Amino acid sequence: MFRKIPWFKFSSPPNFYWLADRLTPWLWGGAAILGIMGLYVGFFVAPPDYQQGDSYRIMFIHVPTAWMGMFIYLLIALYSVIFLTWRIKMADVMAIALAPTGALMTFLSLWTGALWGAPTWGTYWVWDARLTSTLILLFLYLGYMALHAAVDDREKGARAASLLALVGVVNVPIIYFSVEWWHSLHQGMSVTLTDAPSMAASMFAAMLLMTGACWLYSAAIALRRAQVEALEREAGNPWVQDELLGAEEGGDAATAAEASGDLQREVRS
Amino acid sequence: MMAASDGPAPDRDRAQPRLTGHGLSCRRGDAALFSNVDFELHAGELLFVRGRNGCGKTTLLRAICGLTEPARGRLCWDGRDIRKLDEEFRSSLLFLGHRDAVKEELTPMENLAVQDGLRGEDGGDDARLDALERMGLAGREDIPVRHLSQGQRRRVALARLLLSPAKLWVLDEPLTALDVRAVEMLLGLFREHLDAGGLVVATSHQPMEGLRNARALQLD
Amino acid sequence: MGKMLWALLKRDVSLIVMRRQDGLTVVAFFVIVTTLFPLGVGPELEILREVGPGVVWVAALLASLVSLERLFGDDYRDGTLEQLALLPCPLALVALVKVAAHWVSLGVPLVLLSPLLGYSLGLEGMELVILALSLVLGTPMLSLIGAVGAALTLGLRGGGALMALLILPLYVPVLILGSGGVVEVMYGEAAHAHLSLLGALLALGVPLAPLAVAGALRIVLD
Repeated sequence: MFRKIPWFKFSSPPNFYWLADRLTPWLWGGAAILGIMGLYVGFFVAPPDYQQGDSYRIMFIHVPTAWMGMFIYLLIALYSVIFLTWRIKMADVMAIALAPTGALMTFLSLWTGALWGAPTWGTYWVWDARLTSTLILLFLYLGYMALHAAVDDREKGARAASLLALVGVVNVPIIYFSVEWWHSLHQGMSVTLTDAPSMAASMFAAMLLMTGACWLYSAAIALRRAQVEALEREAGNPWVQDELLGAEEGGDAATAAEASGDLQREVRS
Repeated sequence: MMAASDGPAPDRDRAQPRLTGHGLSCRRGDAALFSNVDFELHAGELLFVRGRNGCGKTTLLRAICGLTEPARGRLCWDGRDIRKLDEEFRSSLLFLGHRDAVKEELTPMENLAVQDGLRGEDGGDDARLDALERMGLAGREDIPVRHLSQGQRRRVALARLLLSPAKLWVLDEPLTALDVRAVEMLLGLFREHLDAGGLVVATSHQPMEGLRNARALQLD
Repeated sequence: MGKMLWALLKRDVSLIVMRRQDGLTVVAFFVIVTTLFPLGVGPELEILREVGPGVVWVAALLASLVSLERLFGDDYRDGTLEQLALLPCPLALVALVKVAAHWVSLGVPLVLLSPLLGYSLGLEGMELVILALSLVLGTPMLSLIGAVGAALTLGLRGGGALMALLILPLYVPVLILGSGGVVEVMYGEAAHAHLSLLGALLALGVPLAPLAVAGALRIVLD
């Protein structure tokens, strides 16, 4: 049963493109619905916190984006391992497509953390352990993207950046631990955003909904970006021309038939 | 991927090729350089890789050394994949690239001593002096390389050929910057090496004449 | 193989000695960065003492960064790096030896100078000892991590700035543990924990970083 799943089928660009085309509308829709529900529950249903009042509500954006920032970096490292081990090009396409989203999520989490800091600490920025390590994570993202772009030969750039992602992922726990430790040594603020409220059920629900929304949004935008990247890299291959011509004629059905034909050929061979 | 079984069986006969390439394809960036190149080279033979600029001669040579991995195909030394042999293969290989790998601060003698030391093949100062003399660098042994001309630097690099016991020489444009006499001398060196059962893979834009056992490999 | 690596170490160290101008420039850079802080912050020893350990450590980080271009750059440009990659011994060991030579040329002068600079910033006694000790344990780590970034950015346009972006975030734990140890002593605590963790990082870095460097060099040479 498990074996029957064609693991490598979607590592070929045309098949990936076809799959991403099918998936992204659902992901967009899901992200929008979950996001609206999550914001509604977070802003109107969940009770105010007895200590922080309403300002804690930004947690519903801060925490999911922080999680996504971390998670996407791990995902990039995972794709990098796949790329370096098996030389599957789509793994690198996925990794580089995820990176801007990961950086965005990390940035949003910093931004919302600062906004929360103003009413709580009286200042937009404090060298809180979590904010500091999130900032360093943002630097890691920037380094990854800069190295990927700096090498003229795309294949070499991809390999170099993948190696950097691996070095980074080994260091991330060390960085987090050391920053945590640095902070405790210097006796900083004791209130942090994540451990603030004792969670009511509705708060928990809002958090879950928003996490789901972030997750689906990240998947949708990364797949879209990967599609564009795949078209660019495979430019000149027949399937790309078919795809683009099909799209121009507005023949969605024709494109789908073509793509599924590709898929079947691929599966047979 | 190629099946693993199509290499020649070991100890089939004495005349089996030592270095073989099967269905080699290389890419540079998004551009394909060459595809499906086959060659085999026996002991005592020279492979003369030719082709227009940018057709992948250097890439092929670097692939033979194991510096670049070919996109497709297999390279074997004595019937075994060079990637598996790794260190064993590298100890029987001598590569000279476009750049001379000669340190400007050091004298020719020091350069050779360092290179000998790195490869763990110390033949002593006398051998090094002889090599430099044969290369026409007598009297320049102790002048820092930075004061030597381009052709003289090239000769310092080529002096390694005389000192190394490596069986396989892979030389990228060894004749550039050399004058007529030096070219003659180098070709003589090739003959000696081939007669002793060595192998040479070389690229050149100049013709290499008077070499028996030379095979040409035309890329593109 | 041991003989080859020994020959490589001798070669690298003697080249560094021949180009001592470059090495001395980096050491001068370290001293100048440190002396800029009193000028920027003010001459009160009370304040300088507070920031002293951090200042010396940040200066060490920057000096390491500045020196890294030379680690593989010359060998890359003149073709020696290809020859090193073709030596009949693992490239990771070659990388480790080169990093060791680099540390001798950079880390050792920094360690030796640090008590002097620390003293000028108002640190005293045990604090100076711990500062030097933390640099003994920390600077090899800077060379190891830095080598990964130096290898990855070989031959790139704007490699220097890119290298800073890649490496400095990875230097953070070393910075925290190194300067943190001195701060502990300043407040009358023991620095064992910090120094032990620095040692642990080093124990992790010595086997792992050369593998990453070797991987990066293979990519660059491809």
